[in-house]
Amino acid sequence: MSGLYQFIYETAVIILPSWTSHLVAGLSIMIILVNAVLMGAAVFVWMERRLIGRFHNRIGPNRWGPFGMFQPFADMLKLVFKEDIIPANADKPVFILVPIAMLMPVILMMAVVPFAQNTALANLNVGVLYVLAVTSVTTLAIFMAGWSSNNRFAMFGAARGVAVLISYEVPVVISLLGVVLVTGSMSLADVVSAQTVPFLLVQPLAFFVFLAGTSAELNRTPFDVAEAESELVAGYHTEFSGVKFALIQAAEFGGVAASAAVIVTLFLSGWAGPASAYLGWLWFLLKVGVIAFVFIWIRATYPRLRVDQIMALAWKFLLPLSLINLLAIVLEVFFLRDASGVLTTADLWIMAGINIVLAVSAIALFGSLISEKVSPNIWQPGAGLPEPTPAVAFPAREVR
Amino acid sequence: MSLRTEPMTVNVGPQHPSTHGVFRLRITFDGEEIVEVEPVFGYLHRGTEKLAEERNYVQIVTLTDRLDYVSSMINNQAYCLGVEKLLGVEPPPRAKYMRTIAAELQRVASHLMGIGFFLQDLGTLGTPLMYCFRMREKILDLFEMLCGARITVSYMRPGGVLDDAPAEFWPALDAFLEGFPSEFGEIEQLVLENEIVMVRTRGVSTLPLDVAINGSVSGPVLRASGLAWDWRKMDPYDAYADVEFDVPVAAGGDNYDRFWVRMQEVHQSIRIVRQCIQQIEPGPVRLALPLVLRPKPGAEAYGRVEASKGELAFYLVSDGGVSPYRMKIRSPSLINLTVTEHLLVGWKLADMIVTLGSMDINMGEVDR
Repeated sequence: MSGLYQFIYETAVIILPSWTSHLVAGLSIMIILVNAVLMGAAVFVWMERRLIGRFHNRIGPNRWGPFGMFQPFADMLKLVFKEDIIPANADKPVFILVPIAMLMPVILMMAVVPFAQNTALANLNVGVLYVLAVTSVTTLAIFMAGWSSNNRFAMFGAARGVAVLISYEVPVVISLLGVVLVTGSMSLADVVSAQTVPFLLVQPLAFFVFLAGTSAELNRTPFDVAEAESELVAGYHTEFSGVKFALIQAAEFGGVAASAAVIVTLFLSGWAGPASAYLGWLWFLLKVGVIAFVFIWIRATYPRLRVDQIMALAWKFLLPLSLINLLAIVLEVFFLRDASGVLTTADLWIMAGINIVLAVSAIALFGSLISEKVSPNIWQPGAGLPEPTPAVAFPAREVR
Repeated sequence: MSLRTEPMTVNVGPQHPSTHGVFRLRITFDGEEIVEVEPVFGYLHRGTEKLAEERNYVQIVTLTDRLDYVSSMINNQAYCLGVEKLLGVEPPPRAKYMRTIAAELQRVASHLMGIGFFLQDLGTLGTPLMYCFRMREKILDLFEMLCGARITVSYMRPGGVLDDAPAEFWPALDAFLEGFPSEFGEIEQLVLENEIVMVRTRGVSTLPLDVAINGSVSGPVLRASGLAWDWRKMDPYDAYADVEFDVPVAAGGDNYDRFWVRMQEVHQSIRIVRQCIQQIEPGPVRLALPLVLRPKPGAEAYGRVEASKGELAFYLVSDGGVSPYRMKIRSPSLINLTVTEHLLVGWKLADMIVTLGSMDINMGEVDR
């Protein structure tokens, strides 16, 4: 941030008094951030609708702009002109606050993500912690939405959403501890520069847990119980309409884009790549696109789990995996680091080798354990047809 | 410490995305668990039975299309069988085969809708549903060749079918049968042994055989509970006596079994159509009956078929006039709903939606 802020301030201070220049610089940064997130959300909406169309054997939106690229803007414009309904007996102030509370964490999350070398809006020294703290605000927003809208489906969605979000916070945080341990810093810029080997290879277990946990926190299939459209109409945002609904949608899709950016930064070595000094932003966007594609792919393929099964998955499957990852990372860092506490690239490759084997075996082991516990073993669909009950007990009736 | 909780009553439907029409359930929840269910229906009541008393026997065919609007061919068939029994006539053999082909294609289309919406209720984002629709479209194209209509076909008549199939119908049917197994195989591969589908549906909302029989349940729901009861075998009508097919039966009676039985029945229907194509011979497709039919006074008949959702029957009574004195419809969707309470109480909200999907009800038929 400092570089851009400094630049805008120094340009403005030529004609403006000092305090106004600070204001101008601050507001400019805010506008850039908000627009970046909203544009990211729009691009992701287009990508998702287009790709899901292809997954469905449909064409997808293709009317407005090249390849239907302006579809999100048309949608947004339509929603802005719709009537904004606040239900009777709704808790009005809370109801109005919900869309803001939903969108805010997504925008704040993007502030610390480095898009290219030295191009983060804020290079916080506690970046990882900040991201975790900011994302948990969404929990509150979901509960506010369910509570304020005086609708029982919304209440169901909110109760489910809060339960899921709180459960998945635990394995996500523990899986991130591994990243912080290897990096030795909580700043996202340091996390990127420490990834001479992408952390996807160094700690695949943490990546797996983080990906699953993030898609649960984003309410995406197979974890989308909070807004399960076939069960709860639209879940916690059933009663929202017009511009409020538009903001909630922007928050939801922007959340996916922002989370993809965080995943890329933490596990896919962020902007690093060939000629990263000039093309860092391109590598970053490409990687975000890949992660976003994975999210869309999963969403288009899988059915939804039940809420108790999601809890079981968090506590019985992801939590042990994240603990195993943490233990392995602690031991490896302890034995491999040199006297000054630095890990070389060779050390990282050794860790990658050990951890990939560990990840495969741990997932296989816990996968088999959980599948026995979750699925009721009642009847196996056989290869052939099972023996039918003979129908002789019911003689055919006399037909007139 | 125990928290004070209280049950919550929620109206699921009639305006809910997955109640398959305008079905309404007043459900009392204890948390997410269902403690009390009261099904409410009648939102789509059109008085078909009363309307039939004002129409002549051929006109009623169009009313039957609107009962179970995703399997109108089979509705036509059941009604026409009833009228033929009332008159004491028999359609020519080619008509019987044409009816069987049309009815089995319709069964495939109806089961595809059932499977697609079942998976939609499980929470897939429409991908299996779209796959199912893609296959169903091709069947509807075939119906368009037969009679010009896709949904409300009115293809069958008392004493035969509307007309012989056009020349381009047979190659189109062959092409459809050629491509169908691989297209259906795609969706089988995607969902039949999917871990999440298994976990969500196996052992959920089981229907024991005695409860099913006491509830007079029929069709795939009954066969999923373990009874090989299929009117196509028990009381063969049209060309079913001349074709070979198996009756898929499952043992558990849970949501997965109901879904699995439908998946297997699709294969059997395709098998029946293939045999019909080989066996069908040229000839007339319709008896020369007067346009206005007048059965004998006091005649009664019960036209019954195995529809895609169960036993569909039309009970007709004639007083010698141009329209029936009484037409009673035994609709499988309505009667399968008698076990709703048994299936739903004690399960969770998410399971309730899936169970409704596995019942594959159609509100056009429930409310008539």
